Amino acid sequence: MSATGNPSAPRRRSRWGRRILILVPALWLIVFFVMPALIVLKISLSQTVIAQPPYIPVLDMSAGWQGLRDFVAGLSLDSYRMLGSDTLYVFSYLHSLVIAGLSTAILLLIGYPMAYGIARSPRRAQPILVMAVFLPFLTAFLIRIYAWINILQREGLLNDALMALGIISEPVVWLSTDTAVVIGIVYSYLPFMVLPLYASLEKMDESLLEAAADLGCPQWKAFWLVTVPLSAPGVMAGALLCFIPIAGEFVIPDLLGGSSSLMIGQTLWTEFFQNRDWPVASAVAIALLAILLVPILIYQHLQMRALRDR
Amino acid sequence: MTEGIPASKGVGGARPGFAPWASPAAKPLLQLEMVTKRFGSILAVDNVLLNIYEREFFALLGPSGCGKTTLLRMLAGFERPSEGRILLDGQDIVDVPPHRRPVNMMFQSYALFPHLTVEGNIAFGLRQDGLPRSAIATRVKEMLALVKLEGLGRRKPHQLSGGQRQRVALARALAKHPRVLLLDEPLSALDRKLREDTRFELMDLQHKLGLTFIVVTHDQEEAMTVADRIGVMNSGRLVQVATPAEMYEQPNSRWVADFIGDINLIEGRVASSGLGQMMIESVASGRVVVDHAADVATGTHVWVAVRPEKIRLEAQRPLTDDENCFAGHVIDIAYLGGQSIYKVKLDNGLVMKAVVANQARLTKPPVGWNDRVWLCFKAEAGLVLTR
Repeated sequence: MSATGNPSAPRRRSRWGRRILILVPALWLIVFFVMPALIVLKISLSQTVIAQPPYIPVLDMSAGWQGLRDFVAGLSLDSYRMLGSDTLYVFSYLHSLVIAGLSTAILLLIGYPMAYGIARSPRRAQPILVMAVFLPFLTAFLIRIYAWINILQREGLLNDALMALGIISEPVVWLSTDTAVVIGIVYSYLPFMVLPLYASLEKMDESLLEAAADLGCPQWKAFWLVTVPLSAPGVMAGALLCFIPIAGEFVIPDLLGGSSSLMIGQTLWTEFFQNRDWPVASAVAIALLAILLVPILIYQHLQMRALRDR
Repeated sequence: MTEGIPASKGVGGARPGFAPWASPAAKPLLQLEMVTKRFGSILAVDNVLLNIYEREFFALLGPSGCGKTTLLRMLAGFERPSEGRILLDGQDIVDVPPHRRPVNMMFQSYALFPHLTVEGNIAFGLRQDGLPRSAIATRVKEMLALVKLEGLGRRKPHQLSGGQRQRVALARALAKHPRVLLLDEPLSALDRKLREDTRFELMDLQHKLGLTFIVVTHDQEEAMTVADRIGVMNSGRLVQVATPAEMYEQPNSRWVADFIGDINLIEGRVASSGLGQMMIESVASGRVVVDHAADVATGTHVWVAVRPEKIRLEAQRPLTDDENCFAGHVIDIAYLGGQSIYKVKLDNGLVMKAVVANQARLTKPPVGWNDRVWLCFKAEAGLVLTR
């Protein structure tokens, strides 16, 4: 198209401006997400060898077309076949999803009342309360998880407290169990659940609850009929914001969990650093990405629908 | 501000023959007994005593912050009176929570549920009553037809115009056959033209359904148009309750006279009274003769109130002496199309307003700026106010 008239010129320039504006984050994503993911995908299709790098084939750029052809011919799905055949991996995935699902459910049960309480407290107090939710994050993450080891160990605070209260007569084994992992995860991820919930509850018009009451709806019922449906986007955002990173969590299960049941993050670590099997480790990562893509796409879809409905 | 006040109303209410408040035998539907509401040290509603009758259209009118909305919220059950009783059908409802009151409210913001369709919104209250599905569907259809929103039942509130949303809010509040419908500034979010049309629709609806409506508004024109009776509130107190015509013609204080329409006030002292007439010696304007039935002691400090449209503007000195006349000159003219408002500065310094209907098509006003004029009003046009 040629510039035929004056009126179209500024519009075209703004369109180019918009493209350049999108280009910056797009480049960022390509360089720091798409390219690494493609490299991992490539490694996952390789075979392990004792060499440097520890996999073949290696793309030989200097060999030109022949090099590329040799490279493609050398790729295989062996690593993925292994993921399917060895129950260790399948179990790891399932275990991760169960822990992530359970933790997210508990986070929702704790986070919702917290967010609701903050959103219904006096306006002036709200920023302070939100700050309080985030305050633990000012200390190092590892230190906080190590502190949990102290609390959960045999002679730890939790057992002492429970015995002092007479709830248990002898120490309970907390550490190195799934319970400890869930406790650590719930503790660490709570702000990520509370914040999106607070954001959606805070903007709710309180006259809607009055309207519900006026129309004959008792308070507890109005909560289910009005507050919950209106906070659904916040619930969705909070749940995904927690579920996705929890499924890939490594540090918390490694420090608080047992060695018998591994989460997928730990399996991945073992493959990379203990077995030095980069192709299988990469296949584990790619498969995890594929699994997590499902809830992400669902979320995207719901977001788009919510935007359209507005 | 007088142009919108309909002149067709009798001295009674909006409907001929409907005046239960005037009959001592009539039992009020809603009784407010010494209702007071304090927020901390702020007195929002101060000792309100009021009876509202079945099928009445009652308007609570006042400037913002006068306590009218708080009073309405106490009727809905969202606020609890600090003192006093609220009786509905003779039963004290102060301790009845909002969801158990047979009273529904239309909110100023409409408060439509954004996640429900129009039908879902209207059905919300009916579902709480546990009505069968088919009965709810029938009633929703009825309500949609009533507010002329057929075919829009499946829309969400954000897909409607402001006027349509207002109708949904009204339909939702009416769906449960409330004993009393409370309307909080129902028309304030609509543009002027739509607001005027909707006023009449609201009246029609109320007459047709035979329900009791209590509307809160700051718009005196709106209150005058729709209501059988108006209760004017100022800083928490109910200062006067009367039909629109009474409120306009017989305000009980300078504040009400000024709030409802426009008023000229002449300050003075009672010189003599008798034979239903009173002579007032005014500070600035000399003697004024006004009809007044009640007896006021000689020497009492009073104000003579005259509506601008009850004052005649004369270009020549009147020949007869049976009216109150004051000379002055025109300092301002506001041409409003149907009528003109003349501001006249009297020789004694007082500024008075006179409204003159523009009956003939004129290209040049008969009286112009700085012209010498006489303002005249009859004894029956004025009103004596003691406070």
